Formats: sequence, structure tokens, C-alpha cells
Amino acid sequence: MYFGLSDEQLMIQNSFRGSLERNVTLDSIRRISTGDEPFDGALWQELSGLGMTALLIPEQYGGAALGLIEAVVVAEELGKSAAPVPFVGTAVVAPLAIMLMADETQKSEWLPRLADGSVRIGVAISELASGARRGSGLTEENGTLTGTASFVIDAAGADAFVVADRQQGFHLVGADSPGLEIIHSPTIDGTRPIAELKFQNVQASGLPQTTSDKIDRVLNAGRIILAAESFGAGQEMLRQAVAYAKDRKQFDRAIGSFQAVKHMCAEMAAELQPCQALIWYAAYAFDVMSDDAELSGLLAKSQMDDVGRFVARTATEVHGGMGYTDLMGLHFWFKRIGFNRATWGAPEKLRADAARLQGLG
Amino acid sequence: MDLTDRTEHLAFRQEVRQFLDKHKATAPEETAHSFRLSPRPYTDTVKAWQKLLVKNGYAGRTVPKAYGGYGAEPDILKNRIIADEFFAADIPQGLYSQGISMLVPTLLEHGTEEQKKTWIGPTIRGDVMWCQGYSEPNSGSDLASLQTSAIEDGDDFLINGSKIWTSSAHITPMIFCLVRTEPDASKYQGISYLIFPMDTPGIDVRPLQTMTGHPSFNEVFFTDVRVPKNAVVGGRGNGWKVANSTLKHERGMLSNANGSLERLNKISTLLKKEMLDGRPLWENKNLTDRFVSLQARVQAMRFHEMRLLTRTKDGKAPGLGDMICKLLGCELNHQLDALAIDALGEIGVLYDGIPSAKEDGIWQQWYMYDLGLIIGGGTAQIQKNIIAERGLDMPREPRHQKGS
Repeated sequence: MYFGLSDEQLMIQNSFRGSLERNVTLDSIRRISTGDEPFDGALWQELSGLGMTALLIPEQYGGAALGLIEAVVVAEELGKSAAPVPFVGTAVVAPLAIMLMADETQKSEWLPRLADGSVRIGVAISELASGARRGSGLTEENGTLTGTASFVIDAAGADAFVVADRQQGFHLVGADSPGLEIIHSPTIDGTRPIAELKFQNVQASGLPQTTSDKIDRVLNAGRIILAAESFGAGQEMLRQAVAYAKDRKQFDRAIGSFQAVKHMCAEMAAELQPCQALIWYAAYAFDVMSDDAELSGLLAKSQMDDVGRFVARTATEVHGGMGYTDLMGLHFWFKRIGFNRATWGAPEKLRADAARLQGLG
Repeated sequence: MDLTDRTEHLAFRQEVRQFLDKHKATAPEETAHSFRLSPRPYTDTVKAWQKLLVKNGYAGRTVPKAYGGYGAEPDILKNRIIADEFFAADIPQGLYSQGISMLVPTLLEHGTEEQKKTWIGPTIRGDVMWCQGYSEPNSGSDLASLQTSAIEDGDDFLINGSKIWTSSAHITPMIFCLVRTEPDASKYQGISYLIFPMDTPGIDVRPLQTMTGHPSFNEVFFTDVRVPKNAVVGGRGNGWKVANSTLKHERGMLSNANGSLERLNKISTLLKKEMLDGRPLWENKNLTDRFVSLQARVQAMRFHEMRLLTRTKDGKAPGLGDMICKLLGCELNHQLDALAIDALGEIGVLYDGIPSAKEDGIWQQWYMYDLGLIIGGGTAQIQKNIIAERGLDMPREPRHQKGS
């Protein structure tokens, strides 16, 4: 038994960490978050060069054929740096959906270009993953889609979308398809724009190998990656809180020497640490132990969502008034964690699913 | 990541399973757990089982043969396999007591040859039980401020003072005890670690009734207790160092995710079987939400412990990850107990001793006992200080200045 990262996984971690430390600054996050660019294009190029977009894709399509555990390693680093680039949709869920459910023509058309970062695919599965709100949802009829898909991830600048309909069908839809209207919306996380897609008899290319097991698998992967990202973001918030508490002096002493402050940091560290093992296990189960994968993914995201919320508010509180300002930029991680919590199943829904899965609901 | 057993461990797992199959009929019904809730001398069945485990290497595994152990090389994965297989077969594992978990490793590290030869074997076989004389009425979290004195008198020490929270002192024949042998030395330098019999004249043990109704703790009073100088372990004045190596073992002892998983599995059964208004309890969404929430925490602790095993095996020093286990593990068990009590509703207030409440009443016992564990062995707040100061490198509380 070896519960840890391999040398190769540590190399991946190091190369992404190094690049993100060099390329992501508070200024660059703020520029994307407040400006017109939906994401940092230069950073996207850089990270695609490191293989971010090729991780899961098989070698025959130009990918690196790695597992979800490697994607988790990358997601932790992206979360730690609050990197303003799309990842979970276009680099994880979209390629997995195509790998598992598409036919050969569709795979050959999309996977190589996803792998080298020359196309991006947005993911419209919110109705399936979280439940449909306010009448959203898509109906498929004779190969065309009609209706609304809400909360579409990685939509900005996407060349196409992976889309779930109400009847458990999955489709590929080009972004320039006639009858498709893309309405972009800002979210609390300025580095994570979403879109609403309105379909009026839009031609769609169905993914013919879709089954409910494969859908669960794709959702599971997306949730595990969101959890890993929140873990990285939580670690960073804790790091900043500890650094601030050691530096900031009141009553002639570092505020970190007051037990009230010290204990907040200890609680954050204690809550966060085991989440990483839970997330790694879920990814490992996804890769090699499919029996245990779905439950592990549900537990991992629901637990990380709760711990993430606790860490996000507590780390902010340790900073006092400065934590509340834009100046510190701490809120970028706060918002990333909040965004991930709500995305593709908030904890209460995931726990209800987990209960059902084991005969308790 | 590779959670499968390699060849050697695969064979070892088979070996453990075969042992359990062959001997499960002779396993005692009483578990080490029940001795913790209500300390009493071990029964002959329990001691016979313990001897069988030591002989086969499932208890006292790494203790050298010369001292009565099995003499295996330390292999943390094999320990884990033993724990998992005994747990899966629902067969009581080796005894864990303060003597086995704390004194034996301390003697192995610091004891003289004679001390090791005399005490380790009988202790791991369950023949000699020990209590731990550390805390005093005025020295709780600030243990090093202890005042019980041991004054040199010829070839002996004369001990005067008192201890409190001394688990099992009313039944154990031996004590390992911290005393101040050097009254003029600094706080941490003047302490010695002594071992001596509890029937030494001048020792008065008064059981402290606890909230569980079982006397598990005691007050121990020493009046001119005469103990030979060769009862010191690890050298005179070195007691703080020796005790810290022991405390390290205690912190490890208090958390074990398998125990939490066992509670969780019982609650799962409870939610499925117990009916309310003719409907199974699991239909109550609040209960299942709490259940799954705790399940995630139990699993997180299990995998976290596996990760720590790997870190230890890789030769990494204990760090933040190890420091959080006591805090989280004790709190987690307490929350599991609380969920079981809540799920049982009014049945949950029944207490043990009533035949029909045997199964259900145990949760109240655990709920109180686990609160005791949150406080004992370094309170949750002391754990948080340790995590912050040693794990996160945050500044220590300033020492109080005289005259300020």
C-alpha cells in the first residue's frame, strides 16, 4: 500500500506550482475579475503547454492518458493560485464525456484539439448535476434541442458545448449553431463567468454511447475536481491567515500569539488536512476501484464544501477588517470556494444522493 | 497511490485470516473497549487470548523476544493489516492499556536491562497492569509544574504529594509516576520518572466517581512512600524527556479511525432497523444528513491515517498531520455517539444495567466517556495550541512576567 503521490505526480505538481507562482499575481487575477477578458489567455497557453488540457485524453488522440488523481493534483494547484483559467469543464468533464460516450468520428474530431488546447468546450450539465431551477432544461426531438441550459461552465470563448438534455441524453453542440443564443453572466467569482444557453431547434450531435453509469462517472469526476480546487484554495487561505497573524501586531504582540486567533488557525488546519486524503482516495477510486467511486466522490465534495466554507470565512476573519477589503485580495479565494460549493451539487443534495446510494433514503 | 497489498503483505493478510478462522472460538467476548469503559482486572479468558496473540505476533509484535515479545521488524502496514482483519472479523484485538501502550515503549527506549527484563513481558501478556501518575490537582495542562516530591533518603526516595485522574489505580498493582527529585532545578529539569508497586506503604487510593457511574479515575495520595533509587527510568532528572516520549504514544493511542468506523456501522444498522411510527428511521432526512456528514468525516480520518502510515514508512518526521488526529478523532467519536442517542430518541436515555438497554444504553456511556477523552490526554484547547505552535509555527503565548 502506498497512500501518497508518485514521483511522476510530484513532478506534475512542481511544474504547475512553479508556473502558477510565476504567472498568477493578485494583479492578474484582479485584471480578469474586473475586466472584459473572460480568462487569462496567456496563462491558458502556458498551462496548455504544460499539458493541462491533455491530462485525461488517451495517447492516440494526443493526450497524456493520465488518471483523475493527476487532474486532482493540478486542480489543487489551480485552486491554490486562484488561476483565472477554465479547467474543470473543458479539461476534465468535456473530454471525459467524449471519451466515454462519443463515437469514433466525434472523438477524432474533438479530442486531439482539446488535448493541444486549440479548442475549448463548455459544459451544460447543471440541470442534471444540481437539479433544474426555474423551468430550465432541454428537450431533444429529432436531433434538435429546445429549451434553456443554465449555469454553463467554461462557456466564455468556447468553441462547442457538451450538453445534457432532460432524457439523460448527451450532445455536442457547436457554439455558432443557428438557433443557439449564449447569454454570459458574471458570478461572485469574477474569474469564473458562466452562461445561459437558449436553444431553439438547435442541431445537436448526440453522443451515442451514453448510459446512466457513464453520466454518473462524468459527474463524479467533475465534483472531485471541484473539491480538489477548493482544497487548494482553502490551503492558500489558511497560509495567508497564518502569515498575517504572525506579522500583525496589537497590544505589543503578534495577534497569532493570542489563543483566540491561534485556535481559529488550528481548527482550519485540522479540518482541512484530512480532506486531501478523502479527495485523493475518491480520485484513486475513480481510476481503479469503480465500486467505491461514486460514494467516495459524493462524500469528498460534500465534506470539502463544508470545510471550505468554514475555512473561507475563518481565514477572512483572522485578517480582521483587512480581510474584508479588496486590497488583500483574499476574497478571490473566498469566492472560488463559494462558487465550487454551489456548482454541480451542493452538500445537502450530495449527502441525500449518498444516503440513497447506500439504502438510507 | 496504490492501495493494494504487495506480495509479502498479501501473504500476511492471508496468515492473519487463517489465524482468526482457527482461533475465533476461543476469543473472549469482552473487548478491550469494555475494559476502558469500566476498568477491572482482566479475566483468565482475556489473558489466555492475549498470550495467544503475543505468541503469534498479533500483540507485542515488535517487542524483542528477549523481553517476551514476538520480535518482528517494525512494519506499519502489517500492524494496519492486523487491525483491519481483526476489525473485519469482529474479534477483539490485543489489549491496549496504559502499561502496554505507554510504559512498554518507554522502557524499551529508556529502561535499564533489568527493568526491561522484569516488566515488559508480564505487561504485554496482561499479567501486570499499570496506572499512570502524571496529573496533579494543580498540574493539569501545565503538567511540568507538578509538585509531588521525592527526597533522597539513603538508597531510597521518600515520596510525598498527590496525583489525580489516575486511571485504574484502584486495581493496578504498579504505577509509573512523575515526581520532582531536584527541587532546586528548573521546572523541566527537576523531574524523574519512577516505577513502583501500588502496595508500597503510604499510598492511599481514593476512587473518583465519574459521570459514567464507573470509577475509572482515582486520587492517589503519597505519604512518606519509600521507593528505591533504582526505580528511576531514564536517569534522575530526565523525567520530562522520558514522559514526553510516553505522551507521544498516548496521543497516538487516543485516535483510531477503525473505532469510529465501527460506531458508524452500528448507527447505519440502527437507522435501518429501528422503527418510528412504523417507518424506518432513515426516512428522517435530518438523521441521514447527519449520518452521511459524519460518514465523510470518518472516511476522511481513515484515509488520512493511511496517508500518515505512508509518510512514516517513507521516513518522514511526524508533523501537522499527526498533531490533528487526537483533536479530530475524539470529537468525531463524540459526534457519532450524539447521533446514535438522538436517533434512539427516548430509548436513548436508558442506561446500562437494564437488560433491554444493554445495546442501546452503551451510547450514553460512550457519549460521556468520549467527552472525557476530549478533555484527557491534553484537552482539545491544548491540542489546538500544539497544532498552531508546532504545526503552523505560530508564536507561543508570552510567558507571564513577574510584576507586570
